[in-house]
Amino acid sequence: MQTTFPTTLSSSFTHAEPKLEIRNIVKTFGVGKDAVTAVDNVSLKIAPNEFSCIVGPSGCGKSTLLSIAAGLTRATAGEILVDGTQVPGPGADRGMVFQHYTLFPWLSVADNVAFGLKIKGMPKAEQKHKVAYYLDIVGLSNQAKAYPKALSGGMKQRVAIARALANDPEVLLMDEPFGALDSQTKEQLQAFFHDLWAKTHITVLMITHDVEEAIFLSQRVFIMDRNGQIKKTIPINLPAHRELDMKLTADFLDYKREIVHLLR
Amino acid sequence: MTDSPRRYLKPSVFWSIRQGFPRWLQPILIAASLIVPVLIWSFLSYGGYVNPKFLPTPTEVISTGITMLGDGELMVDIFASLGRVMAGFIFAAIIGIPVGIAMGTFYSMDSLLGGFVRTARYMPIAAFVPLIIIWAGIDEVSKILIIFFGIVFYNATMIADAVKFIPNETLNVAYTLGANRLDLLRSVILPATLPNILDTLRVNIAGAWNFLVLSELIAAQNGLGFTIVRSQRYLQTDKAMFCIVVICVIGLATDFAFRLAFRLWLPWAESKMS
Repeated sequence: MQTTFPTTLSSSFTHAEPKLEIRNIVKTFGVGKDAVTAVDNVSLKIAPNEFSCIVGPSGCGKSTLLSIAAGLTRATAGEILVDGTQVPGPGADRGMVFQHYTLFPWLSVADNVAFGLKIKGMPKAEQKHKVAYYLDIVGLSNQAKAYPKALSGGMKQRVAIARALANDPEVLLMDEPFGALDSQTKEQLQAFFHDLWAKTHITVLMITHDVEEAIFLSQRVFIMDRNGQIKKTIPINLPAHRELDMKLTADFLDYKREIVHLLR
Repeated sequence: MTDSPRRYLKPSVFWSIRQGFPRWLQPILIAASLIVPVLIWSFLSYGGYVNPKFLPTPTEVISTGITMLGDGELMVDIFASLGRVMAGFIFAAIIGIPVGIAMGTFYSMDSLLGGFVRTARYMPIAAFVPLIIIWAGIDEVSKILIIFFGIVFYNATMIADAVKFIPNETLNVAYTLGANRLDLLRSVILPATLPNILDTLRVNIAGAWNFLVLSELIAAQNGLGFTIVRSQRYLQTDKAMFCIVVICVIGLATDFAFRLAFRLWLPWAESKMS
């Protein structure tokens, strides 16, 4: 099924039933006098097919928030809902891509992508088909039999993305997935991931401290401050089709200026 | 402000720390480390500086060894000792690996089993020999038990530590791909620790040979350790030394076998233990 998209998406999102809802999440570390509030009553609604980013200074609690959304960290208060239903822990409905140690080193590239499918008990033939499809999408069909140690950093992240997508998650959560890559590879992957998203329109919530990356990929950018609160939500009204050169346009730079100022 | 002189790292071949090491130097140094002790031994024994009853010459040890191998008794000793070491080692692996994985994986098991295991590791096994004889008698069982108790706690703690070194992200990514705890154990924790398990076993089989000699001090009728002790009684230092050489050779062979298995079976991993 091919969904048609308006050139600007952000306005339509606020009315749709959210795919992922983060409701009144609070996270405190420690107790009593030493207690630190990492996430302070954050509520977000991520619409189906939306690509959104949380940007914030390091240590602002954005990673903690994403980890709570994935079900990997328990919140002090609040709840996470997927398609309107509260979720008690991690599950295949919220796939995740991390910055480091993303692949299982003992599995070949193909077996890494098949990991979630095998756990689901998907028939072998179907697994093979799906793995081949997603390896083709990320352009790594020739590396199917290689072990992760033979891959470059960018290739590893592409495999990690293929593995997450092959599992058909409702939402894809990404924790600075391109943060450890050199700037050329990073831009390549941003463009690659934008095209991939344009094809699949999977719902994504990503964390980054790279402002340009956030604007380039998202329909909405959430600014998180050092108090662990969402300071502002900025809809990105840029054309749906984006190329790296767009980073140099006046509209793009206006967004960048606004966000950079908010982060200061 | 005083002008302090700039300091630079001087290049060095011999003292290089992770800055590359010439290929040709490695075999030379290894050879030296093996040849020098033999040279010292030869110098002392051939030169007549020590009583030959205490330190026989290398040629004497080798010719004694050949006769020992010829009359067949040494083969009986080798197989008896090998059997005991393998039995103790295998039981220590069968118990130690799952206990170690459980300790490394679950907080609860770490407290429940770890308290005992980590304490027992400091238990001097030699001090338990008299008790083990009382409990298990003087036949094979007590010898295997000594080897087993000597290494099982090391197996468990070393493997538990290996599990704890798996990065959190590796486990978290499995959770977000839909893995439950059993999937995590079977499909992530076990394969991730397999290289360390193999390395742990390789290191601890050396311990097994140590405890073998200890176990054969107890009313054994055969075995390499037994032969060493009996040779001492008759001042047959050449026999004792040849038995030690045999243990060394077996040790090197098992080490090599483990390394080979590691390379063939786990091509994705790198062994970090020497």
